[in-house]
Amino acid sequence: MILPHISRRRLLAGAGAASAFAAMPAWAQGHALHSSGSGGAPIRTGFDQVSGAVIDLAVGEGPRMVQGRKGHGIAVNGSVPGPLVRLKEGQHVRLNVTNHLGEDTSIHWHGLLLPFQMDGVPGISFPGIKPGQTFSYDFPVRQSGTYWYHSHSGLQEQQGHYGPLIIDPAGAEPVQYDREYILLLSEFTPIHPHAIMDRLRKGEGYFNYQQTSWSDDYKLSAADRKMWGKMRMMPTDIADVTGSTYTYLANGRGPEEGLEYLFQAGERIRLRIINGSAMTFFNVRIPGLAMTVIAADGQNVKPVEVDEFQIGAAETYDVIVQPRDAQAYAIVAESMDRSGMALAMLASRPGVRAPVPALRKPPLLDMGDMGMDHGDMAGDMGGDMAGGSSMAGMKMRDPQLLPPDVEFGPGIDMVSMNPVDKLGDPGLGLRDVSHRVLNYRMLSALEPNRDTRKPSRLLELHLTGNMERYMWSFDGKMYSAVSDNPIRFAWNERVRVKLVNNTMMAHPIHLHGMFFELVNGEDAAHQPRKNIVVVQPGASVQFDLTANEPGDWAFHCHLLYHMHGGMMQTVTVMGPEGGA
Amino acid sequence: MKTVLSLIAVLSAAPLAAQDLHAGHAGHAGPAPTPAPAPASGPASAPAQDPHAGHDMAAPLQDPHAGHDMGAPKQAASPGPTMETPPPAAAGSGPPRAADAIWGAEAMAASREELRRTHGDYSVFWFQGDRIEAQVRGGADVYLWDIQGYYGGPTERLWFKSEGEGEFGANPEGAEVQALYAKAFAPFWDVQAGVRHDIAGPDTTHAVIGVQGLAPYLFEIDAAVFLSQRGDVTARIEAEFDQRITQRLILQPRAEVNLAGQGIPELGIGGGLDQIEVGARLRYEIAREFAPYIGIEQSWRTGEGADFARLAGEDPSTTSLVAGIRFWF
Repeated sequence: MILPHISRRRLLAGAGAASAFAAMPAWAQGHALHSSGSGGAPIRTGFDQVSGAVIDLAVGEGPRMVQGRKGHGIAVNGSVPGPLVRLKEGQHVRLNVTNHLGEDTSIHWHGLLLPFQMDGVPGISFPGIKPGQTFSYDFPVRQSGTYWYHSHSGLQEQQGHYGPLIIDPAGAEPVQYDREYILLLSEFTPIHPHAIMDRLRKGEGYFNYQQTSWSDDYKLSAADRKMWGKMRMMPTDIADVTGSTYTYLANGRGPEEGLEYLFQAGERIRLRIINGSAMTFFNVRIPGLAMTVIAADGQNVKPVEVDEFQIGAAETYDVIVQPRDAQAYAIVAESMDRSGMALAMLASRPGVRAPVPALRKPPLLDMGDMGMDHGDMAGDMGGDMAGGSSMAGMKMRDPQLLPPDVEFGPGIDMVSMNPVDKLGDPGLGLRDVSHRVLNYRMLSALEPNRDTRKPSRLLELHLTGNMERYMWSFDGKMYSAVSDNPIRFAWNERVRVKLVNNTMMAHPIHLHGMFFELVNGEDAAHQPRKNIVVVQPGASVQFDLTANEPGDWAFHCHLLYHMHGGMMQTVTVMGPEGGA
Repeated sequence: MKTVLSLIAVLSAAPLAAQDLHAGHAGHAGPAPTPAPAPASGPASAPAQDPHAGHDMAAPLQDPHAGHDMGAPKQAASPGPTMETPPPAAAGSGPPRAADAIWGAEAMAASREELRRTHGDYSVFWFQGDRIEAQVRGGADVYLWDIQGYYGGPTERLWFKSEGEGEFGANPEGAEVQALYAKAFAPFWDVQAGVRHDIAGPDTTHAVIGVQGLAPYLFEIDAAVFLSQRGDVTARIEAEFDQRITQRLILQPRAEVNLAGQGIPELGIGGGLDQIEVGARLRYEIAREFAPYIGIEQSWRTGEGADFARLAGEDPSTTSLVAGIRFWF
């Protein structure tokens, strides 16, 4: 079914400065489309498009260069990001993935509803793809929206093994627009991901060059500094891996490499924004231009206009923007710790540039991020705290606040004292900005949820960790300890899941294979469907889940090194006949 | 798609059963339109128009239940259980093995093991030269090393440590190596047990038990008690603190105290408080792993220890200027 507006919109996957409205972007011209697989061809920047009933993808490796920094990369079809996989709701797709690496690989289709054995997680859904092997993913396309795909093998995702995935709806789009672009945010580092993991385990704060010091200008009183030291924690512990090694990327390009989206004044442009980074939360804004959020994690929401939003690792947001007077607008994606930014330009003609705002000051963690009641924060930080009196009664690690199924040991360095629901929190660094910022309470499902039953039980999971040892876990147990103890759901069971964050870091928690609905104050029919929920430091969130996709699914923090640090568990959903 | 459609069918076919589950909702007209267009489920239900076109976007937090009869005005829009309860028997039990039925248990085994091995408790190797330095003092200058490292996971490790010093051009006067097993007993603390062998001076082997970790206010502590094969008991407590001046320039005060349960004349160790060292080192981290430093250190032998020092013709109080490198990998 061809829709009238399809002819009016066209997709450019983020073209280089010279590409204008050309059918094939400049960076794709003069290159063989499938140069990967040789193991040595330089990796191209940006992506092509593949679609149809049968799609061949090749995973290869090669040298990669970003803003003059050289590294070794892994690429799908020879490019980073990998090609846009564009599907149509209702079609059947067969994706033949060939592994040209010297090690196992995989592709996980992030956010897609599919049979669990096609989900692409080695060790849970399938055995993985051996070197030289081709694996055929075969499934019906049951949904529409903005998604992405990435490796679930080792740390390959950090090396470039990811790409966008768009599914056009079988019916009409609920929102009209003239043009659409994909903005896939990610990171580049010349350091091998194994070395990053190694440094994180050995040297706390290894990548953090924004720590407190005698010469910093953080607004911290001497008493505050003393209190953080006493807790053996850092108020600057915002991101484990930072701009000290990362170059933040927009569609594979560094901020100096001129990613450009062309527009004509007055056009409605749909930006499909995908956070394909391994470790980074981005704060996204377009100075001078409001953004109307129309979808989150691929699912349509009632349009809501904001000036900025935070996007956790692996989240996707679709926004509509309508550039008018200015020649150009900067799309700024600051890393949450403000150690760098990814950058793209909306340009009315090739080459015009808008001013790029400087990085804002790095945010600091506060008492609320320790799980204290946020309402008490001001008083505690300003008054009592300085006097030190309120510290006296504080217990940073009280096992009585944890349910008995949490393993309380060296793997837990903190227990939230009062982990309140903070779905209204726009995220670190955005709590005090003067413009409109998105938060989860502003999301409302556009199409009502099918299952609005009241959940029959509550499942409480505690996000736990030890920064110093770089251990991360659910309920105090790293994946290596619970690989044979899945979280279990009965067939079609409706469960409310409460996640309590007992760490000072925000964790984007991802469930494979199903959407859950955030308990965000909307009625059950309009709770927004998501597959990632960011649990703010020291806070709790709740979501409702209908367990109607049988099989074994991965459930984990989508910060890559947190997942490998242990914050992962298998979810087993029983089938209608009682089998999993 | 089939499961989704069948779910919709089930739900619409059994509305009474579904509504029984939430008595509080039974009477009220839900905010969702009754013929709920199933999201993303096919052309028949495609929401061509925004059904919520009139929805007030400026007030996303408005209570969608406003005005309906719920009795309690503060009741949540989406009520649910507040106490955790165990999963029903229908949730099954045992390890996750769904993929075995598709690909075979044998095919899955290696990847399951790989996933377990790489997500959480895996081992790393760490080697640190904490102090590799030259000490310039009145009289002869000396070299000194103080290294340590481990192999192991986050809570269980095999440690080695070595330190020693000697005059330039001569063999070390005091040197030791330790091999220890370490187990975490608190978030910031390991208990360590093993052996120490002195490789300079009289042949001595000690049993070691100690703790190492990070104290409140970020002091790095290494404290151990040693029992020699001759029955002598000694102890050593070291404390270091990193004070960042800038992101790369770091001042590290350091203190060390050596104690003995008894005088050990053949080793020149005095009973009680034998020695105190206090120093400060200023390092510049060219990389986190590599930092040259300069500093100053003061050492005092005290009590009986001072007497032993004088007998050996040494000054019980020594001030040294130090220069060295700190590195790890």
